[in-house]
Amino acid sequence: MIVTVASGKGGTGKTTVAVNLAVTAAEAITRTETIKATQLVIAPENPENFVELIDCDVEEPNAHLFVKPQNVVKQEISTMVPAVDMALCTFCGECEKICRFSAITMIAKKIMIFPEMCHSCKGCVMVCPTGAIKEGARVLGSLLTGQSSHGFNLTWGELRVGEAMSPPLIKQVKKTITCGSGRSNSISEDINNKLSIVDAPPGTSCPAVTTLRGSDFALLVAEETPFGLNDLALTVEALKKLGVPMGIVINRADNDQKGIIDDYAEKENIEIMQRIPFSREAAKICSKGLLLVNELPEMKQCFKELYLKIVSRITQNAKESKYKKTSTKTATSSSDNSIVGRS
Amino acid sequence: MKELTVISGKGGTGKTSITASIASLAERRIVIDADVDAANLFLTLEHNLIETEQFQGGYKAKINPELCIGCKECFKRCQFDAIFEEITENIIPKLSKQKDEQIRDNRISPKFAIDPIACEGCGVCVHFCPTVAISFERQICGEKYISTTANGPMIHARLGIAEENSGLLVSQLRQKAREMAKEQKIPLIITDGPPGIGCPVIASISNADALLIVTEPTLSAIHDMKRVIKLGRQMNAPIYVCINKADLNKETSENIKEFCVLNNIKFAGEIPFDRAVVESMKMGKALVTYSDGAASKAVKEVWENVKLFMGDTMERVF
Ligand code: SF4
Ligand code: SF4
Repeated sequence: MIVTVASGKGGTGKTTVAVNLAVTAAEAITRTETIKATQLVIAPENPENFVELIDCDVEEPNAHLFVKPQNVVKQEISTMVPAVDMALCTFCGECEKICRFSAITMIAKKIMIFPEMCHSCKGCVMVCPTGAIKEGARVLGSLLTGQSSHGFNLTWGELRVGEAMSPPLIKQVKKTITCGSGRSNSISEDINNKLSIVDAPPGTSCPAVTTLRGSDFALLVAEETPFGLNDLALTVEALKKLGVPMGIVINRADNDQKGIIDDYAEKENIEIMQRIPFSREAAKICSKGLLLVNELPEMKQCFKELYLKIVSRITQNAKESKYKKTSTKTATSSSDNSIVGRS
Repeated sequence: MKELTVISGKGGTGKTSITASIASLAERRIVIDADVDAANLFLTLEHNLIETEQFQGGYKAKINPELCIGCKECFKRCQFDAIFEEITENIIPKLSKQKDEQIRDNRISPKFAIDPIACEGCGVCVHFCPTVAISFERQICGEKYISTTANGPMIHARLGIAEENSGLLVSQLRQKAREMAKEQKIPLIITDGPPGIGCPVIASISNADALLIVTEPTLSAIHDMKRVIKLGRQMNAPIYVCINKADLNKETSENIKEFCVLNNIKFAGEIPFDRAVVESMKMGKALVTYSDGAASKAVKEVWENVKLFMGDTMERVF
């Protein structure tokens, strides 16, 4: 199952939640407790590798600052851009005509390529009658993987500074997700085997949407401020469009009193799964790149509860969607439905 | 006319609150909210909306199922996995029962459809479709707004949910601001930039006269600040740094200051953690108009410094 931690607004504590959740989930004790509490069989085939953490905030990846992974392997990721073999070019201008992004143009008897504008659609390659356009490369950034001392792998992407397009790199990072439901509807199949926690970039445009597609569940980290509420509502709309079920975590909750986020959640019928209390101490721990669950016992409890709730919610969703699949087979599926399952 | 862009790399450092305050302190200016997919500035600056315009973003392809013969040309060529086979009842309702057999017997062919969220708008499928079954239309991706505020116009926007082309939208907002600044002889444009370092950020800082980076004393914020500084340097913009919530970790704040000195970055000041920031936000007002407390005073100082710095750099430029 893929649980993506997201928020419209930046700085609400997405990474903090993702990282602490991953550490919590990776603990065998938690798993035993989960089984007891939810009567679920969380019995991974390979308990050592039950959890993985994927940081898709490639523009500003931060999870590794908290996880401090060992044995990091780094790999360069590129995308295709055209490279013209001038010996074969007949200056027919077809490439310029098909390119919607002004990335390849013909000026006098010269083909000019602007690699940073190219979206790698390969249209120019396909349309060139003489095969003069070869596939070159533009570096998008790097893909990194390392092991946490808490017993899970962290994979993250790092966008090259100066590169404008993050979605192609995010797609590459997402390809490393080992659990299968990103590609299909089969949540229930691998629910016992793998938990992939994904840290999403902020916002509601392409980077966030690219990350959130195909998730089994989205955990929205919200902040009880007008900005926080405004951006939360935007993310909720995006998730509805993507058909991803969701829950809310209120971070830096001032007290137990209900606030604007609670009112909104009630109206939208979204579950508030946990409130993480505000304390200067917690803020300080995070600012140093330390883990809340390691430093504060009450946080350990807080994240355990959260983890438990998420797991039982997803299992329930899986059961329901299985039921839905068989019972609504003959109903006319809207075009939205057919999209949901694809990534 | 000078352009100042406020950015942070990491989200949630208080960029928008500080921009709102600076925009209230500057005598005559245009302020732009370039965080188009999570715009917040309008929530904290009292304004009057005077103009709305549609934002035309990129193109999206759409297959007309009546014309699709299922040749797979588009499916094979799309680099973005946006095209999928759709053999559903809603397309061929009458044949639904025997459709599998019919497909096998080649009596009907599968149809293809395009997922609008995945479509990049490259038009490759449109070009190669033998039956011209694919239409290709420019999409309305959001709205652009002009509002008035106490000391000058505010230009903002709303990008549609899950829409792309935020970079293009930001460029258009800045273009509009430049035109208005010229017309109305407004000396300053302040842009509230989005988080990250991707296309909308690049669009927000290209050709800016100065960048004000708002960071905070956390490991993550410093890491992100360094990346955004690198980007700013690539684009040749003078950079100033201020620290928000500086007292949450004094030691780290000192380290940031040291880093600025070592790297020849002008330090514009530090702002203490202050509940008045959130309170002002709740009242829908800029911090400096709402409160006279510690944070408000500190932001005023930051602004005085930025003005000074900008005067300096401009002299050097000319
Ligand atoms: S691959 Fe596509 S976007 Fe890139 S230059 Fe060729 S036609 Fe243009
Ligand atoms: S326009 Fe390009 S991205 Fe969109 S469906 Fe056609 S080939 Fe794919």
